[in-house]
Amino acid sequence: MIGGLFIYNHKGEVLISRVYRDDIGRNAVDAFRVNVIHARQQVRSPVTNIARTSFFHVKRSNIWLAAVTKQNVNAAMVFEFLYKMCDVMTAYFGKISEENIKNNFVLIYELLDEILDFGYPQNSETGALKTFITQQGIKGQPQTKEEQSQITSQVTGQIGWRREGIKYRRNELFLDVLESVNLLMSPQGQVLSAHVSGRVVMKSYLSGMPECKFGMNDKIVIDKQGKGGTTDEPGKSELGGSGKQSIAIDDCTFHQCVRLSKFDSERSISFIPPDGEYELMRYRTTKDIILPFRVIPLVREVGRTKLEVKVVIKSNFKPSLLAQKIEVRIPTPLNTSGVQVICMKGKAKYKASENAIVWKIKRMAGMKESQISAEIELLPTNDKKKWARPPISMNFEVPFAPSGLKVRYLKVFESKLNYSDHDVIKWVRYIGRSGIYETRC
Amino acid sequence: MTDSKYFTTTKKGEIFELKAELNSDKKEKKKEAVKKVIASMTVGKDVSALFPDVVNCMQTDNLELKKLVYLYLMNYAKSQPDMAIMAVNTFVKDCEDLNPLIRALAVRTMGCIRVDKITEYLCEPLRKCLKDEDPYVRKTAAVCVAKLHDINAQLVEDQGFLDTLKDLISDSNPMVVANAVAALSEIAESHPNSNLLDLNPQTINKLLTALNECTEWGQIFILDCLASYLPRDDRESQSICERVTPRLSHANSAVVLSAVKVLMKFMEMLPKDLDYYGTLLKKLAPPLVTLLSAEPELQYVALRNINLIVQKRPEILKHEMKVFFVKYNDPIYVKLEKLDIMIRLASQANIAQVLAELKEYATEVDVDFVRKAVRAIGRCAIKVEQSAERCVSTLLDLIQTKVNYVVQEAIVVIKDIFRKYPNKYESVIATLCENLDSLDEPEARAAMIWIVGEYAERIDNADELLESFLEGFHDESTQVQLQLLTAIVKLFLKKPTETQELVQQVLSLATQDSDNPDLRDRGYIYWRLLSTDPVAAKEVVLAEKPLISEETDLIEPTLLEELICHIGTLASVYHKPPSAFVEGSRGVQHKRLPPRAGSPDVGQSGPSEAPPAVIPSQGDLLGDLLNLDLAPPTATVPSVQPSMQMGAMDLLGGGLDSLVCSSPAASHFATNVISGLGDLFDLGGGVGMPTGSYVAPKTVWLLAMKAKGLEISGTFARRGGIIQMDLSLTNKAMSVMTDFAIQFNRNSFGLAPAGPLQVLTPLSPNQTIDVSLPLSTSGPVMKMEPLNNLQVAVKNNIDVFYFSCQYPLSLLFVEDGKMDRQVFLATWKDIPNDNEAQFQIKDIHLNSDVASNKLQGSNIFTIAKRTVEGQDMLYQSVKLTNGIWVLAEMRIQTGNPNYTLSIKCRAPEVCPFVYQCYELVLKN
Repeated sequence: MIGGLFIYNHKGEVLISRVYRDDIGRNAVDAFRVNVIHARQQVRSPVTNIARTSFFHVKRSNIWLAAVTKQNVNAAMVFEFLYKMCDVMTAYFGKISEENIKNNFVLIYELLDEILDFGYPQNSETGALKTFITQQGIKGQPQTKEEQSQITSQVTGQIGWRREGIKYRRNELFLDVLESVNLLMSPQGQVLSAHVSGRVVMKSYLSGMPECKFGMNDKIVIDKQGKGGTTDEPGKSELGGSGKQSIAIDDCTFHQCVRLSKFDSERSISFIPPDGEYELMRYRTTKDIILPFRVIPLVREVGRTKLEVKVVIKSNFKPSLLAQKIEVRIPTPLNTSGVQVICMKGKAKYKASENAIVWKIKRMAGMKESQISAEIELLPTNDKKKWARPPISMNFEVPFAPSGLKVRYLKVFESKLNYSDHDVIKWVRYIGRSGIYETRC
Repeated sequence: MTDSKYFTTTKKGEIFELKAELNSDKKEKKKEAVKKVIASMTVGKDVSALFPDVVNCMQTDNLELKKLVYLYLMNYAKSQPDMAIMAVNTFVKDCEDLNPLIRALAVRTMGCIRVDKITEYLCEPLRKCLKDEDPYVRKTAAVCVAKLHDINAQLVEDQGFLDTLKDLISDSNPMVVANAVAALSEIAESHPNSNLLDLNPQTINKLLTALNECTEWGQIFILDCLASYLPRDDRESQSICERVTPRLSHANSAVVLSAVKVLMKFMEMLPKDLDYYGTLLKKLAPPLVTLLSAEPELQYVALRNINLIVQKRPEILKHEMKVFFVKYNDPIYVKLEKLDIMIRLASQANIAQVLAELKEYATEVDVDFVRKAVRAIGRCAIKVEQSAERCVSTLLDLIQTKVNYVVQEAIVVIKDIFRKYPNKYESVIATLCENLDSLDEPEARAAMIWIVGEYAERIDNADELLESFLEGFHDESTQVQLQLLTAIVKLFLKKPTETQELVQQVLSLATQDSDNPDLRDRGYIYWRLLSTDPVAAKEVVLAEKPLISEETDLIEPTLLEELICHIGTLASVYHKPPSAFVEGSRGVQHKRLPPRAGSPDVGQSGPSEAPPAVIPSQGDLLGDLLNLDLAPPTATVPSVQPSMQMGAMDLLGGGLDSLVCSSPAASHFATNVISGLGDLFDLGGGVGMPTGSYVAPKTVWLLAMKAKGLEISGTFARRGGIIQMDLSLTNKAMSVMTDFAIQFNRNSFGLAPAGPLQVLTPLSPNQTIDVSLPLSTSGPVMKMEPLNNLQVAVKNNIDVFYFSCQYPLSLLFVEDGKMDRQVFLATWKDIPNDNEAQFQIKDIHLNSDVASNKLQGSNIFTIAKRTVEGQDMLYQSVKLTNGIWVLAEMRIQTGNPNYTLSIKCRAPEVCPFVYQCYELVLKN
């Protein structure tokens, strides 16, 4: 298991050092600094073995978190734990920075003592942790016996992510369907690979221990119901950008509150949600993706010192919808000496430090087209190596789900308290963003 | 006011000041001081001098302060063992605190203080905490047992903590179960042979239930533990798989990978034609693909594992090539791993896409990545013949870029392509020769020289080219020197007239001016060959070369199997067995996959199916094996008394009496029986031909892992009175094996090879040879435990290997084992009742005739049969090679699949083994 956990600043000075196992000594702290943080080369692997000791590291801004072990540990678990550790710290004191870590080192030690025992990760749900590890340690001690046992039963219990006795005057929930659409397109416009990775993020402000059921237009479920001849909740398809009935989900993963065996057998998503914001599910689709933009590049080399670039973008969704924050990034060679740009819409600028022309458009409706042309002057070089022509990348945000996913329902049942599904105010929002959206040129 | 100020105090006399503050009366000041101490400790300053002062702060109501003091204690107790004792009282008191959080905190911290004197005091509080009413305390105590075991294993055993820990597996709280499983798994790892985890269907069921309820981390502990279980049969294996598959949708990648491990392992046991097997294969692909959208570090772990999975079961991801395409922003470690997998998945169906991608990659910036991409193009050419031409033209395009390292890498792979497809792409040689000057890496130079030598007859100026290399001969690396020597000799053999001078020059350079023994030797050999017999030289040097294999960089099959058992762990990331990077005893056990479905040792319990035990004391055994002393057959037998039932005895006695009874007082059905007997007497001939003795399928006796790549599986057979040992020898190593020989240790029935082991041809890698070794029973005798144990030594050119196996006793049942009826009765009565053993043979759906016919095939002869009230009684005899007679009575009730077998023998220790033979024969 994990033998020790260290946090360093960018200089390699240790900020937090907690050793869990006897086989990890103080010299391990230095070994990582010398061999990884101070190494001249770029990091070649997130796992490093130095003198039979293995170091797992992740970086958050310029802070290094390293887990150390001498055993054959579950590597995936160690990384998951390190991410979780970052989440917990962020939930407690915001951004992970040297200053924040120094300011909260007592708290961090307290957390590390709680969520890692002898190197075995323990309950690390912030909701539960916050009930008994508080920033104000002095008054943090729970007073009554009932309170104490409530804490322990929650930390160890089946529903470790939610405490009992939550009350809201207004029962409300927000569902965000956040998708990032990824594309790799050849210069000829052929889709080399495209997929959507989506997340359903839920903010719940619900009283008691509500039982929720989430439904979406999953092809498998719709087909099953279609055969049975019954469709509950028909005709709720006004949201989103397309009229597609159902979508094929390649794979999905769920927050630990979702009953996986029930999903496996009935494909229904039921759960008791954590309080506040959390990620209910992640999914991936590859079929019938609506690609919101098409990029058509044209690069022409005029002699050895000039390049002509023309890029057309076309929006491909309902004219009534508006895409926002559109940004097209056209890479330029390293030996660029000057650039002239003309664009029909938005603003375009050559950014020498980034070796790219950045073209920004604030808003663009569906089924429109826009164009940029640029002349790039090059310095003559005797460098034999050709310019690699990195792909043209795009960023944007659209108000629909490019996968075609639609939320069909989210039902809330709370038998003990006197509110019903109808009393809950529900909000659903769809946001499609660009992931890695590249067109080769 | 923030805590960061504690990091900034670097004054002199700091310790002294801290000391004063720690002893301050003001609580706030005390706490501030402790915080400063911890901050100093963190940055590596030695603050152990403050030990007594810090410990003094321990008795406080302030939980935060308490935790800080504990943290200090954990760090320094070891260096101040005597003072650490001061803390014990507080710990013991805290373990009794009303607040469960404090109880848990105390037991958690105590376990981290590695001072012998303290561990003694730990036992009582720990015992209480293990049975605490609060689950939070119990789950902490469970881990504490593992901590204590790490400090003092003997103490944990003596105090009976292991049993308490085992009980916690049945705890009502899932998190307690998970932590107990984690602790037990860890302890079990340091006791490789203990049955600590004792996994059986009941505990497995408990674990599977807890799996649905515990935290993500607990699920990982449980899944990793499940993976070490070996299901009894394919049905159990399937039912576990069914309950594990939902975990594949968990958001935590480690849960997913651990579930994949369990499935990959248990799948091995499922028959491939099963529908479920196909379903499972399909279910595995999507979660593996999803792992690739995780954070880069996890992607890396996932890719390393996918690399293994693809080698083991290529079918899972064969359609998923696209997801492994490299993204521009991937970290380099992800890019390199993706590239590896792309090559493994390349096939005729997707080669066009793959090549287009690889060509893109070859223009990127990172040198390592570009090199690997170029190399990958070459590997595609070798793997997919149809693409070879396209690959070659792509490589030529790349050579045109004139980027130095791209050109060199391309030439290295083109050499391999030439070897795979000889005489096909020589047209490109001219282009290659143009780039001769730019080659500065030894591997590329050597490759180019090889090409020139190999195709010397088609290159007009081959001699000039090679001569140009020769100028700086002594500055070249050995690789290039050797290649140059060979190439020039080749050239000479092809064009002897013009190149005599050149060959003279290189031979003298290699033999006279070089310090490298390899080079000198090769030079001398060529020289001698050329001077004595040029024709032979031609045959040797220009011989046809063996083709190179399609797949490269494959992991050795035995290692791959082991790594599959370690999916998700560091071993799978390093692609090395744990023993290669873990110190001490932990993790050194080799894991292996369960036997493949349909292969022998699944869910049977016959004698030959016992798992092969590796004999521990090799030295002693070797002595035994070489020792030809004839020990007298053991006469004294330990009294291993099988259980028996008196009721059955009486019944039997009565039955026998009636069988021989000639008195008129005999009941009326006695005559019935006798007349029936007459009919059935010549059973052997009457019912049909004997079906031949049962031969168990082969089982693995010697694992390749333990025998440097030699795997031996085998079985025993008796064919026409001759005992044979059927062996399959498989070479799983990378080199050829020869010179096989076999020897047995002394054993209970004097089994010995009757001839040498006939392995006439060398065993090449991945080849399997079946041999039959005739055995005699005239070897030296020594009683073995168990009785049918046979210790074997096999030798080959690499080493001597030892294993032990168990043979079915039916091997020793001789053909003339049919006893006379009267003798049978007399003998039966003669053998004391104490020597009788009774057994149940369950689930046999054969009628008595078929059964006795089957048994006769294995030389178990039915002497008589009678039927009493729907119950068939068969009286049978068996004779062993050493003259021991075994008598048996088998009762078969129509409609009842369970037979009752009573065995009598003067040497009662053979009875259980005879019973095993019955079971084996009847069930097969």
